[in-house]
Amino acid sequence: MSTTVILFSILAIAAIATGVSVIINKNPVASAMSLILHFFALAGLYLTLNAQFLAAIQILVYAGAIMVLVVFVVMLLNLGKESALTERFNPRTGIAVSMGVLLIAQLAIAFFGQPTGYNQLSDKAALNGTAESIGTVLFTEYLFPFEAISLLLLVAIVGSILLAKKQQKESV
Amino acid sequence: MIDSYIPLIIMVSVGFLFGLSNIVLAQFLGPRKNKTKVKLEPYECGIEPTTSARERFSIKFYMTAMLFILFDIEIVFMYPWAIQFKELGMVGFIAMNLFMILLFAGFIYVIKKGALQWR
Repeated sequence: MSTTVILFSILAIAAIATGVSVIINKNPVASAMSLILHFFALAGLYLTLNAQFLAAIQILVYAGAIMVLVVFVVMLLNLGKESALTERFNPRTGIAVSMGVLLIAQLAIAFFGQPTGYNQLSDKAALNGTAESIGTVLFTEYLFPFEAISLLLLVAIVGSILLAKKQQKESV
Repeated sequence: MIDSYIPLIIMVSVGFLFGLSNIVLAQFLGPRKNKTKVKLEPYECGIEPTTSARERFSIKFYMTAMLFILFDIEIVFMYPWAIQFKELGMVGFIAMNLFMILLFAGFIYVIKKGALQWR
């Protein structure tokens, strides 16, 4: 086994374990902490794919910034007693389980149907994930989507102020 | 390829082990006797705690965090641009200016609306 496969196995197991712990934990704050570990495992997986820039951004934006929002949502909702969170079986659960089985079947077909035989990245792929190559591609080939992102962020800024400010005026 | 990540792996594992060792060592080095309910309260002598620490937070915190993330993402896009600044030349410069003008309009909107004022 090559080092890439070993690293992938360790990180994949860590990602699945922390992901399961997010769901199983009754305490919402403990779930959020598991989610941080999950994001770190994902960043490690990106590194094994030679996507260094993506891995750094994963830790900066997701583990750093998005998790702050998740913790704030936990605080905002103020669920109180964790035991109140237990769910009883309803039709939604059945649909969710059957969808999950379908997804697993799809993935299994994709993996075992046509094995590619590749388990290691080519040397050319090593150059694709650097910040240099992303910069080159982003500002030449994908220039329009990049400018569209600024509009998207602008809409998000206006939207968040509109929603949160209105709430504030009501309370004052 | 993997050799270049060894410093990173060492840094992450040292950070992880430092946090872990603090928790584990506190169990052995800290005082263990007299763990009564009164001793474990936040203020052993003084005002007795009235409510849980899980208070409802004001939405003001949430809005500040939300705006932080949006401008954080804006900065993220500047990294690849800054690295390739010379190679991209004038086209990249103009593209980035357009990007910044649009987001600066958002920033002015935030200031004018007083979203960052703590009231």
